[in-house]
Amino acid sequence: MPRTFAEPWHAQVLGLAQLLVDAGHVTPADWAQTLGAELTRATRDGKPDTEDTYFSAVLAALERVSAEANITPRDLESRVEAWRHAYLDTPHGQPVRLKDGTDR
Amino acid sequence: MPHDIEHDGAALADIHRHLHSHLPPEPALRVKALESLVVERGLVAPETLDAWIELYSEHIGPKRGAQVIARAWVDPDFHARLMDNATDAITEFGFEGNATAHLKAVENTESLHNLVVCTLCSCYPFSLLGMSPPWYKSAAYRARAVREPRMVLAEFGITLPEDVELRVWDSTAELRYLVVPQRPEGTEGWTEDQLAGLVTRNAMIGTDRDLGPGVR
Repeated sequence: MPRTFAEPWHAQVLGLAQLLVDAGHVTPADWAQTLGAELTRATRDGKPDTEDTYFSAVLAALERVSAEANITPRDLESRVEAWRHAYLDTPHGQPVRLKDGTDR
Repeated sequence: MPHDIEHDGAALADIHRHLHSHLPPEPALRVKALESLVVERGLVAPETLDAWIELYSEHIGPKRGAQVIARAWVDPDFHARLMDNATDAITEFGFEGNATAHLKAVENTESLHNLVVCTLCSCYPFSLLGMSPPWYKSAAYRARAVREPRMVLAEFGITLPEDVELRVWDSTAELRYLVVPQRPEGTEGWTEDQLAGLVTRNAMIGTDRDLGPGVR
């Protein structure tokens, strides 16, 4: 029986998108259109027809719909860097937290 | 024997960093950042993502759809309700969900075969069939299921006679499809559970056709 998700982030990115749709922050039609556009772009760019390409398109689509929910690219980049530092600064085995103490 | 202490020191620091950082790959880091932002802004409740992942990794899968098909095979009233309004009919099992949207059941017969695709992206009745298989999301399937469906079926091992009509249903965000396969011969008197055991995920998408005790 194959694992449902090849990588944990595949599950996380799909789950987040679905939860935003379920909570009404993104309409199902907007999500489908945005994901469809990212998949088309991946094909046009000659990306291989793999699960990794698919989930990368899901991530790109999620970043786009998040921007519509007022999470700007600048917010996102700065949070990515904050997490990168948190991971690099945290000894193995300890919970990774942002400097302000949040853990998500 | 004197070691190159500086070199060893740098190597050790590198190993140390490696062991201690466990830095996730870039896309995982971006997802983590998005998660923390949507939670912080109250768009999604903190524990719901973990719960969603557990649900779809462990609990929701094609067995749900198989139960629905088996019920339709043994219970003519349920069969009628399923064909009339599948969205409502699956609530009898508690299998409804936002992720499934509106559901339409399409039934195979001796002279008709149904095949489901989402040409735009990957719309799928998740709450009924669980996560879609990798091939369903592939660009090749999404394009070819419409352009050359008989060839696609052949690659799944189904040779559809020319006189069997083939209908391809293109899923959308608002409407998704469940293929109701034909009940296999030789299963008279079987229980719903036994029958459900014959129903494959692919049969409910349409990339499998002949089910049955003699088939697999």
